[in-house]
Amino acid sequence: MTQWSGYFGLIMQGALVTIELTLMGSVLALVMAFLAGMGRLSRFFVLRALATAYIEFFRGTSIFVQLFFAYFVLPLVGFELTPLQAGVLALGLNVGAYAAEVVRGAVQSIGREQHEACIALNLGRWQGMRHVILPQAFLVMLPTFGNNAIELLKATSVVSLISLADLTFQAQVVRAQTGNTMVPFTTILVIYFILALLISWGVRSLERRMARGLDGVRV
Amino acid sequence: MSATTPIIKIDGISKSFGSFKVLDGLSMQVMPREKLALIGPSGSGKTTILRILMTLERIDGGHIQIEGEQLYHMERNGQLLPADERHLARMRQKIGMVFQLFNLFPHKSVIDNVTLAPMLTKGTPRAAEQKRAMELLDMVGMADKAKAMPAQLSGGQKQRVAIARALALQPKIMLFDEVTSALDPELVEEVLNVLWRLCAETDMTMLLVTHEMGFAHDFADRVLFFDRGRIVEEGKPDEIFRNPKQERTQGFLKKIIAAGHRV
Repeated sequence: MTQWSGYFGLIMQGALVTIELTLMGSVLALVMAFLAGMGRLSRFFVLRALATAYIEFFRGTSIFVQLFFAYFVLPLVGFELTPLQAGVLALGLNVGAYAAEVVRGAVQSIGREQHEACIALNLGRWQGMRHVILPQAFLVMLPTFGNNAIELLKATSVVSLISLADLTFQAQVVRAQTGNTMVPFTTILVIYFILALLISWGVRSLERRMARGLDGVRV
Repeated sequence: MSATTPIIKIDGISKSFGSFKVLDGLSMQVMPREKLALIGPSGSGKTTILRILMTLERIDGGHIQIEGEQLYHMERNGQLLPADERHLARMRQKIGMVFQLFNLFPHKSVIDNVTLAPMLTKGTPRAAEQKRAMELLDMVGMADKAKAMPAQLSGGQKQRVAIARALALQPKIMLFDEVTSALDPELVEEVLNVLWRLCAETDMTMLLVTHEMGFAHDFADRVLFFDRGRIVEEGKPDEIFRNPKQERTQGFLKKIIAAGHRV
């Protein structure tokens, strides 16, 4: 009979690493999403080109390879990263590329009449963006951001391949030490699912709070 | 600025959307404090003129002067250059616009809709701006809804808030683009009453694109009838509505009356 409580503690430690990665990766992804998403909408060709290159590159290459590149190749050119740093970097940049298109699409979904109201009220481009367009666009972005965050959570399991002790890594440790496959993997399956549910729930309640007073009618 | 100098001087402007020529060498002048009604069939270019004055559309040719200053050009060393964003921003201070579909900011309360632009563009403190906003909301009869969100308001109430919002920037020229066209008939009057009040209590120059012929008749100092990007006929309301000289004006008014509008 295996002593599960010790192994369960190991898996909980892994869960903490996964949560940490998800949070830090999401913050980086959010920053990149706004930088690149707004870059795509810029008047300046250079900014548009940079944003497009970033988005296409990180959407078009595998997250595995990006992670391995960050962890194994960057040190060769002098950028030594810890596994956690490499994980956050790869996850944040990868998911940020997807979310950047969400930002662009949401900003473009705000009707022309809102832009015209900004001009008629003599708001500068950035003032209008900051106070009128983005607050409304953010509500459009939220549900898809929730998807992106769940994608990021699930993608964190790749960091186990660079020996970062996340949920998946710890499950493999438990499996190697106990010879039992069913218990550790069922456990982390449930934990991933609960974490994803928490994200869904969090995003939905944020959405509800922000949508107060707006009921979708034309104003 | 003497009373005989036009506040708006439009000189031979043209504007096309694709191959459709909306305005074709149009010239007109507006005197300070004048109340002007622009009428005509849809597609005749009357709304486009307001949008051009608000810098929402650019002109393809011609010149516009506001208070003697070029709107779309700026003078540098005796040369006329296309206006940059800073010049346009300075010129826009003179002009305000109210839209057919209100264009309120749905995520801001009524009072925040009114205070946002002055706070950002003039940098006045919030308290002072809120006090002014309440005065303006009171003027349009919306003070009791200051905390409401736009989605909670009727069309007429939204439009009155939109008028207060435009007034907050104290423009010298106000452009009203079919401000009652999207309203249920019973809500039209509350908005028109606000326009009457503005007329009595301010000395703004007002340009009004409207299908409310009765109101245009009573309100305007001068009526311009547009068709196909040109001014076909202009004159005092009585001349245009009671005794139009041009065939196209007669035809248009006949159709409007047939559609049940009071003249």
